[in-house]
Amino acid sequence: MIDFGFGISPSSGINLNNSDKDTFSKLAKIEPNVLKCMACGSCTATCTAGNFKPTSLRKAILNLQNGLKDEALEILSGCMLCGKCTMVCPRGINTRHLILSINKIYGK
Amino acid sequence: MIYEGKKKIWADYQKEIPEDHYFYVRSCIRQSFFPASEATFLNITKKQLGKDIFETEHHTTCGGIAYHSDTIPHETVMTIIARQFALMKKYGYENYVCSCITSFGLYCETLETWREFPELQEKIADNLWKTCQLEFAKPKYLVHASDLIFKYRMQIAAKSKYKLINKQTGRQLRVVEHIGCHYSKMFPSKGVGGAEYPYVLVGMVEAWGGQIIDYPERRHCCGFGFRQYLIKGNRSYSVSNTHKKFESMEPFKPDMIITNCPGCPYFLDRWQYVIAETQGKTYGQDGHGIPVFTYEEVAGLVMGYDPWDLGLQTHQVSVEPLLDKMGIEYDSSTKYLGKNGKVIGEPKKPHCLK
Repeated sequence: MIDFGFGISPSSGINLNNSDKDTFSKLAKIEPNVLKCMACGSCTATCTAGNFKPTSLRKAILNLQNGLKDEALEILSGCMLCGKCTMVCPRGINTRHLILSINKIYGK
Repeated sequence: MIYEGKKKIWADYQKEIPEDHYFYVRSCIRQSFFPASEATFLNITKKQLGKDIFETEHHTTCGGIAYHSDTIPHETVMTIIARQFALMKKYGYENYVCSCITSFGLYCETLETWREFPELQEKIADNLWKTCQLEFAKPKYLVHASDLIFKYRMQIAAKSKYKLINKQTGRQLRVVEHIGCHYSKMFPSKGVGGAEYPYVLVGMVEAWGGQIIDYPERRHCCGFGFRQYLIKGNRSYSVSNTHKKFESMEPFKPDMIITNCPGCPYFLDRWQYVIAETQGKTYGQDGHGIPVFTYEEVAGLVMGYDPWDLGLQTHQVSVEPLLDKMGIEYDSSTKYLGKNGKVIGEPKKPHCLK
């Protein structure tokens, strides 16, 4: 291999053809409400932990849809299960239950 | 679907391209990157189609490379461009055709600037008179050379010797078309098909028998990007762009790539070598790359020009697999012979790329 002094930077692009969709389908089966999320961000805006850590349920759901499991679990690791997000969700999603299900299905 | 309505909407994406009588300006970098492309353009338009295309040795670079790499200001570039337009008028032409996409974008930008700021136009006209004693003029029609080949595509198809068809299997060649960013992304109304549906290369490929393939990163930049390439430390940006495009097009198994910009064919061609030598990855069949062509080279191939007269031996990715697919005859022993029959020098073979 030749060293040219420059190389290919890792891409931030996500190839959905190669991402894991099966586990998300499994999640959607026991938590159908995850498909109701419209990514409004109310949960994130009201999140107590989010003031100190990058906790964001909206972002975590998006990452799971894109097959980025580790990133999603890392984002949710600061959640204290206080339930404030459940109270503000305009779609009535039981977010606390959803977070527990995510952790159960995705392995933590 | 209401057909009339569709037709009306599509009319907004059309561009008026006069049939004949053009003042032609060459590109500064294309002549070293793809030396035979401009000669082929003039051969096809003037000799084979009998069009009036005039060029003069007095024109210069448009200044685009210097402008986009922040070494000369816009006013200087506008004065250079005013001189080019003045030469057009001096030789009695009002249709202007340029070979380079960077120039085309810059001409569009300059004309738009003059339209919006007439006082600046006055200042440039004054600069032009003081420096060159030339009378200020603007072209009635500004087109890119690929617009003209697009306009003449059916005439070229009528004279074609080969089609973009695999002679062995009989299927259409799968072609990736790549439009230069400065063709219609900046001023959509100035390009055939606008920025959303650029049709200039698609029209050529369809007329010459090929099949266009669509892929996710189709409209992504090739990676040239001036500053991304000119400084060595930035070249990761450039090669990463190209890598992204190739990764995206690979599953669709393209036979070839056609482009209409100076930088795109160069980087899509040369970076395949760098990707192969750094990652060990090639995108064509059996360790070959995907051959990349300018639209003039493709027009020349379908019209039966000798591949070595088209300068295809200066490409990094070998073109022979495509020539074999199309059934084009060529003599491998003359590949590296110049016009005078002397050897022009043979490049070293890469380790990974065949």
